[in-house]
Amino acid sequence: MAELNLVQSINLALAQEMERDDRVMVLGEDVGLNGGVFRVTDGLQKRFGEDRVVDTPLAESGILGTSIGLAINGMLPVPEIQFEGFLGPAYDQIVHHAGRMRNRTRGAVTVPLTVRVPVGGGIHAPELHSDSPEAIYSHHVGIKVVMPSTPYDAKGLLLAAIRDPDPVIFFEPKRVYRSYKEHVPEDDYTVEIGEAKVLSEGEDVTVITWGATVFQALAALDELPEDVSVELIDMRTIYPMDEDTIVESVQKTGRCVIVHEAARTAGMGAEIATILQEKCFLHLEAPVQRVTGFDTVMPYYKLENHYLPEAPRIKEAIEQVLAY
Amino acid sequence: MPRTVAYKTQIQHLSVLDENGKLDSKLGKDLLSDEQVQQSYEHMTVCRQYDEVAFKLQRSGRMGTFPQNKGQEAAAIGSALAARKGQDWLVPAYRENAALFMHGLPMHSVLTYWMGDERGSQIPEGVKITPLSVPIGTHMLHATGIAWAAKMRKEDSVTLTYFGDGATSEGDFHEAANFAGVLQVPCIFICQNNSWAISVPREKQTASETFAQKALAYGIPTIQVDGNDLFAMYLATKEAHDRARKGEGPTFIEAVTYRLADHTTADDASRYRDTSELDAWKAKDPLIRLRKYLENKGLWDDEKQEALEAKAKAIVQEVVKTAEEMPKPDVTDIFDYTFAEIPESLRVQRDTMRTTSLGQNPDQAGLGARAAR
Repeated sequence: MAELNLVQSINLALAQEMERDDRVMVLGEDVGLNGGVFRVTDGLQKRFGEDRVVDTPLAESGILGTSIGLAINGMLPVPEIQFEGFLGPAYDQIVHHAGRMRNRTRGAVTVPLTVRVPVGGGIHAPELHSDSPEAIYSHHVGIKVVMPSTPYDAKGLLLAAIRDPDPVIFFEPKRVYRSYKEHVPEDDYTVEIGEAKVLSEGEDVTVITWGATVFQALAALDELPEDVSVELIDMRTIYPMDEDTIVESVQKTGRCVIVHEAARTAGMGAEIATILQEKCFLHLEAPVQRVTGFDTVMPYYKLENHYLPEAPRIKEAIEQVLAY
Repeated sequence: MPRTVAYKTQIQHLSVLDENGKLDSKLGKDLLSDEQVQQSYEHMTVCRQYDEVAFKLQRSGRMGTFPQNKGQEAAAIGSALAARKGQDWLVPAYRENAALFMHGLPMHSVLTYWMGDERGSQIPEGVKITPLSVPIGTHMLHATGIAWAAKMRKEDSVTLTYFGDGATSEGDFHEAANFAGVLQVPCIFICQNNSWAISVPREKQTASETFAQKALAYGIPTIQVDGNDLFAMYLATKEAHDRARKGEGPTFIEAVTYRLADHTTADDASRYRDTSELDAWKAKDPLIRLRKYLENKGLWDDEKQEALEAKAKAIVQEVVKTAEEMPKPDVTDIFDYTFAEIPESLRVQRDTMRTTSLGQNPDQAGLGARAAR
C-alpha cells in the first residue's frame, strides 16, 4: 500500500482503469504532455500514447460535446475541465445533452462519461478559479455529482464513476490536492456513488459537509470541548444524495449544521435542510444551520478566507445549535 | 518583401444537374445509375407527401409543431446516397428526414416525435442515427466525437452531420469544425444553406460571401454545392466520403438550397419573406428538375407519376396510422430512463407520483414519535 495524496490517487485510478479497459480516454486542455495544470494526468500520455491521452483545442464546449459523441460511439471518455470556473461554456453540453440523452431516447442512446473538474477555493488562485458549482449540476437531471475529500475515496469513486453507465461530474477539491497523504490500496476497489461516510459518530449534533470543508469541520471539532459529541458526515456524493444516512443521524442527534463552500442561496444546504425538516421534523431540537460561502462573488484571494466557511465559523454554529 | 501572400484559396461551386433537368455530361457520366436516380426520385416524392401530410396533421390538431422539409430533399438524399446504411453515422438537425428514412429510421418515428412522444427518438438497434436535435448547432460536436470514436476504434465508418446556415453562427459549430480538423476525424459537415434562419436572412447571419469558406479557417476541405441537385450532392459527398475513409479527415459541404415552407408550422414566413423570392425558388425545386431529367431519358411519364403519387399517399397513410395508433406511453417512462438505475428519491417520486413527503412515511418524519407523546 502506497501513501498517496489526492492528485496521486486520482492519477493511479486513471492509469489503472486505462490499463484495464482500452475504451477509457483522457482528454482536455494540457492533460497530455504537460500532465494537466495540477499534474493529475502526469505520465499518462507517455504511458498510453497521444491517441488515448489527448491535448485538445482550448474549448470547453468542444471537449464536452465531442466526449458525448465519443461515449455514444463506444468509448469511455474522461474529459478534464481545467477549473470549475470554465465549466460555463460546457454547461449546455453537460446539462442539455449528456444529462438528457438516455431519457429523451428512452434508453436507446446513452452517454457514459466522467467529467473531472478541480473545484473550490483556498489556494490563492486567479479569478474564476475558486468556485463551487455542485448545486447547479445537482439541480439538473440525469447527471451524478460526486466530490471526494480523501485520496482513498477519490480512487474508489473515480473507478465507480468511469464504470457508471451515466454521466458523472467528478469534482476534485483542489485545496486537498496536496494537503496530506494516506494509504491508497493498489487493488481494484470502488466507492459506491450515492453513499455518504460517517467520519465520526456522535450523539449531540450532526455536521454535514463534503469536499475541502471536511477538513475545516475536523479542525472545528478539535476546538470543541471534549464532552461535545459530534457526528461528522462527508457526503462524498452530492447527487444522488444519501438521504438515509443524514436522516438517521439527525433523528438521533436532533441538531444539524450543514457546511459548504458554495453561496448559501439555493445551495445544496437548502436542499439538505428541507429533506431534514421533511423527514426529521419532530426530532429536531434546533433550527438547522448553514455555514456556507456568502451570497457574493467568490472573492479574489486576498479576501477568500473571509468568504470560505473556515473552522471558527463552523465551531460557532455548532455551539449555537447546541445552546438553542 | 515585407508583405507576402500567407494564404490563398478559392471556393468551388459544384453543379451537375441544372434547373431544366440537363445533366453535365462530363461530371454526370456514370455517377448514378438510372435505377438509383429513379429510386431517389420516388423516395423524394414520398418524403414530399410525408411533409405535406405532416403539415395537415398539425393544422388539424393531430400533431404539434412540425418543421417542414419541403425543398431540401435533394440535399438530404444526395448526401445520404453516398453513405452506407447501418455503417456510417447520420447526426441530424431536423430538416433532413429523407436521409434518415434511407438509413433505417422508421418513417413513423419522426411523426411520433413531433406528436410529443420521446419514443420517436428511441432509435432502433443497428440504426446509426442520433435523434433529431432541436437546439441549433449543438449536435455537430457529437458528430465530431462519434467520428473520433470510429477512428479510435479503427472502424470503417464515416459520420455525416446536417445543420442549417444559422447554425454556423453558433460557437459549437466552430468548436466542432476545429476539433474535427485538428483530430482529422472522418466527419462530413453538411450545411443546408436554405437562406433563412427563421426570419433572419443569410446576409444578416454572416458577412462571409459563402458558408463554405468558414471551414477554411479549420483546415477543412470545403465546397459549395447546388443543394437542389441530387447528382452534385452525391458527387461532393462521395468525394468527401472517399477522403474520410482514406484517413484524410473531414470535409465541409455547403448545400445551397431553399426552405420552401415556413420555418415550422408555428411560423408565418410571409411576415418577412417576399413571395417573389419564394416563387423564384419554386422553379428550382429538386423534384421538378429530377422528373425532367427522368422524362428526358425516357424513364418517366405521366402514368408513372400518377402511380407514384398514389403509392406515396398509401405509404404515408400507413405511416400516419402507425404513429397515431401508438398507445400513450407509460407515465413511469419519465422516471425510468433518467438513469440506468433509478435513485431512491426518484423511485419514491415515481411510485407515489408525489413530490410531497407527508403521508408517505410518517414514522420517518417523526410523526410516530408525536403519536406516542
